[in-house]
Amino acid sequence: MRHRRDSREDGETSGDTCRKGQTQTMTSSFPWFGMDIGGTLVKLVYFEPKDITAEEEQEEVENLKSIRRYLTSNIAYGTTGIRDVHLELQDLTLCGRKGNLHFIRFPTHDLPVFLQMGRNKHFSSLHTTLCATGGGAYKFENDFRTMADLQLHKLDELDCLVRGVLYIDSVMSSGPSECYYFENPTDPDHCVQKPYLLENPYPLLLVNIGSGVSILAVYSENNYKRVTGTSLGGGTFLGLCCLLTGCSTFEEALEMASEGESTRVDKLVRDIYGGDYERFGLPGWAVASSFGNMMSKEKRESVSKEDLARATLVTITNNIGSITRMCALNENIERVVFVGNFLRVNTLSMKLLAYAMDYWSKGQLKALFLRHEGYFGAVGALLELLHPS
Amino acid sequence: MAECGRVDSHTMDKSITLPPDEIFRNLENAKRFAIDIGGSLTKLAYYSTVKHKVAKVRSFDHSTKEAASDKLYEISVQEEVTARLHFIKFENAYIETCLDFIKDHLVNTETKVIKATGGGAHKFKVLIERKLGLKVDKEDEMSCLIKGCNFVLKNIPHEAFVYAKHADSEFRFQTTDPDIFPYLLVNIGSGVSIAKVESEDKFERIGGSSIGGGTFWGLGALLTKTKRFDELLQLASKGQHSSVDMLVKDIYGGSYGYLGLTGDLIASSFGKSATADKEFSKEDMAKSLLHMISNDIGQLACLYARLHNLSRVYFGGFFIRGHPLTMHTITYSINFFTKGEVQALFLRHEGYLGAIGAFLKGAEEDNPNQYSWGENYAGSSGLMSVSPDMYPMQRARSGTFDMLEMDRLDRQLVNLPLLQEPSSYIPDTVDLTEDAPAREYWLFCFEDALDGVVKRAVASQPDMPEAAVRAEKFRQKYRHKLQTLRYQPFAYGSLTVRSLLDTREHCLNEFNFPDPYSKIKERENDVALKYYQKVVKSLEELSWEDRQFALVRGVLAGNVFDWGAKAVSDVLESDPEFGFEQAKRQLEDNSGVDIILGVMPLVRELLSRGTEVVLASNSGPALNDVTNGELQILTERIAAMDPVIQSGLRDDRLTLVQNGSSSPCLDLSRLDKALAMVVRERKTDLVIIEGMGRAIHTNYFATLSCESLKLAVIKNSWLADRLGGKLFSVVFKYEVPAGKPSQEAAVLTP
Repeated sequence: MRHRRDSREDGETSGDTCRKGQTQTMTSSFPWFGMDIGGTLVKLVYFEPKDITAEEEQEEVENLKSIRRYLTSNIAYGTTGIRDVHLELQDLTLCGRKGNLHFIRFPTHDLPVFLQMGRNKHFSSLHTTLCATGGGAYKFENDFRTMADLQLHKLDELDCLVRGVLYIDSVMSSGPSECYYFENPTDPDHCVQKPYLLENPYPLLLVNIGSGVSILAVYSENNYKRVTGTSLGGGTFLGLCCLLTGCSTFEEALEMASEGESTRVDKLVRDIYGGDYERFGLPGWAVASSFGNMMSKEKRESVSKEDLARATLVTITNNIGSITRMCALNENIERVVFVGNFLRVNTLSMKLLAYAMDYWSKGQLKALFLRHEGYFGAVGALLELLHPS
Repeated sequence: MAECGRVDSHTMDKSITLPPDEIFRNLENAKRFAIDIGGSLTKLAYYSTVKHKVAKVRSFDHSTKEAASDKLYEISVQEEVTARLHFIKFENAYIETCLDFIKDHLVNTETKVIKATGGGAHKFKVLIERKLGLKVDKEDEMSCLIKGCNFVLKNIPHEAFVYAKHADSEFRFQTTDPDIFPYLLVNIGSGVSIAKVESEDKFERIGGSSIGGGTFWGLGALLTKTKRFDELLQLASKGQHSSVDMLVKDIYGGSYGYLGLTGDLIASSFGKSATADKEFSKEDMAKSLLHMISNDIGQLACLYARLHNLSRVYFGGFFIRGHPLTMHTITYSINFFTKGEVQALFLRHEGYLGAIGAFLKGAEEDNPNQYSWGENYAGSSGLMSVSPDMYPMQRARSGTFDMLEMDRLDRQLVNLPLLQEPSSYIPDTVDLTEDAPAREYWLFCFEDALDGVVKRAVASQPDMPEAAVRAEKFRQKYRHKLQTLRYQPFAYGSLTVRSLLDTREHCLNEFNFPDPYSKIKERENDVALKYYQKVVKSLEELSWEDRQFALVRGVLAGNVFDWGAKAVSDVLESDPEFGFEQAKRQLEDNSGVDIILGVMPLVRELLSRGTEVVLASNSGPALNDVTNGELQILTERIAAMDPVIQSGLRDDRLTLVQNGSSSPCLDLSRLDKALAMVVRERKTDLVIIEGMGRAIHTNYFATLSCESLKLAVIKNSWLADRLGGKLFSVVFKYEVPAGKPSQEAAVLTP
């Protein structure tokens, strides 16, 4: 399926559409939010205007001020809400307004708490349109209405994702580069993160790893298709880790994985062939059977929880890598951008993906990563608010 | 990775009692051993020669004998040696007992090595070398699998099938495309190996995945504390994955309509178990794991199939091995990811591929690939459903021993070059696997006819006192086959009247009743020969048009003499005087016993008008059908009294060819290579197929690229009902393919 949004004038980039839009339509009133309600996490982006005139200040209703203060003066909300301060984009010009873009996340199961808070803060009195994407925009639409008196403007998650990625990449000029890759991915001692200039990004394979995985082939700003997807994603990693180790959070699972050894759990090529399987060019270190050693009772009893967490991470990551590689071959695309919250603070997986892309394609494929890994859908939703496509 | 998990190995069980002579058959002449040892099953292969009785006909020198009472020809039962491949599958637990048995019974001493493959081969290397005194020679597993796969696809009709859980018959067997290449072989052992096979010698491992059967087993054992693979599958069959998996509807509240993803689609496997404070049932986790792994393998297989532009994808490995559950989940996944463009195919003898391949590697000097081979239904166990609670019969033996035997055929078999679409040709008219009432009827029919067959078998060997004992064994074997087929109609591929007849022939041969009808045939031929000239003369007196009708009636009248049809054999048994006159009355006309008085006059007519005739007949005996050997003698005798036939033979305008078959039915995709060659050389433009077995039970719907005529008398009231006619109705089906005029040569297949 190939999606084509309404075509715009030639030569426009997403960075300046907003400005043109401003002259044609009324800019949305504050507050400016974009929301992405996924299977596991809710991602929220909030634009904090920094160029508020005295006149505006006076007209600004108290509710709006209080929301702005609440969001910008805290870095944690309730017990589970977190603002990723390091991702904040400062001095951003959006629709002619200067300000900071904030990135906030909380678990989807805490959405009722969020809605309660919206109700308490009389969010609905602001008569703003709340642009939301992700499956939750559909699932919880009714809850937004009944619990917080809010009308959602629902948006397709993949449209938002593509728009968000292209936008963030285009506005990043100062500060750390948005896009990066790993140099020497096959050499652990010299594998270092390097900035990458995504100047002419098309065609691009975009792999979004959330609870599940979607793989998109992007040919231009408004021409992309979903190639395939897999249910073995971040949710699978965490779900299996919880069952296997008794952990309960993504951070905990990652922490355990970083201390474990997957080769005790997995059966490698060398475990079967004593070394490389030369007949078919398979190196001895390659995993022949994920969790294959766990068929044996003795080995089941000898592995640690950390080993199991690591094996789960490696299994899920490599599988995403191999499906991605096949899609890249089928679509004839050489550049792959991995996004999604599975990669958050997950250097292990990123390096594994970088390695897998490079090794199995003999250097043909390049794995790229983006700093705002999980927030692009929410950014896309915000852009939709400011400039409906 | 194709390697099977070598784990939780069963302790050697030596106390088990086997009926080994029923299993390791023909060991005295066995040679060229090969063994494939997997995680839990061992597959042993060997080549042996089987002595069995064949009926041979030999012409007397009639120039010196004149008496009319003289026998037409001499029928002698001779011993013939044919090659047979034996494949036996048993649990690793029995390996030591089995090796002992083989050692004790192995007479042939020229064997020095045993080819070995499979993950367990090196574990048992020392044991095998010590027990058998043979050197273990390891062969690459993947190459063996592919060699084996090519072999079964080429030699066993209905080897591949599509699995459809909710269909009337779970197994839908595929007609084998004569060109089996290229294909994708996905072997799901502990990991997954994906190979692209382009020809007999050219294949490539194009990819694989570490998420395979070992992942299901290993991760499943961790999650559910269940140790055995089969038990894990059992658990999975009872689970609900939706309590563990995050579905699209869990995220969207419904479907994701924009992308066409339904609400029940899994968005994130194990997505709901990402919590510390909830318990999940073993069954649900096992089910979720099974879905996760099957979907993943299916997806990768599709991606590889697309990349290499392949539409035939065969699945094998211990993860599949006849398990309805995994065949179903893999099929589901392939359908989902390719939207039906690619079908997941499974193989009846999947478990034997490695052993067959290893055997073939060791048997190259016997050139096994230069011959055609056929599955021996008498010696093969057939496909058993391993579904735990489906059929009562199934696990009677399959838990311990399973066998496949293949006979080397005397003739190399190929397609009839005149088949319109060889890849979609289906010989059989009714598929009894899918047609339950028809299956019921025919199984009853064959069981009911068994007494008569036994009686005739004994009668055919009056000089052999032990014939009665053998005939009784035959009865038991065939009855057991029929009973098995009642519950597992898919055991040998699609169940058809042809396969029931062939199974009976195989069982008769097994107990050395090679040709129970030989005496009857001889008597009938003898009688018919006496009438030949009279018939020809009366035909010649007719006008051209009347003669044509008379000829056709003659062929049809002759066709009534069919001992296979119960309606006829009932009459014949009760009234030995029943003969040609009665057949004539029933058909209200004319004369002749099938070949001599029916077919030969037609051949004569064709020759007279300048048509070249190729007369094809069975290579081996089947019921009372004429064999090529008999036909040679009969034709000579006729030629002696008929100058038309004589000149036809002399000028090479009448050619007698064997068709490669020993069945009352005819599979036009497995015909003698020599026949195919003659058909091509002579530019045959008319094919006449005669008889109920060849023109009704099979080939009724066959479309040829030339004119064809299908002739038969319906000698079965049930079939007559089915086809909307009466008992002894006539089928005369003349078909012309679009845009094909004139005729120069004809093939006749009585």
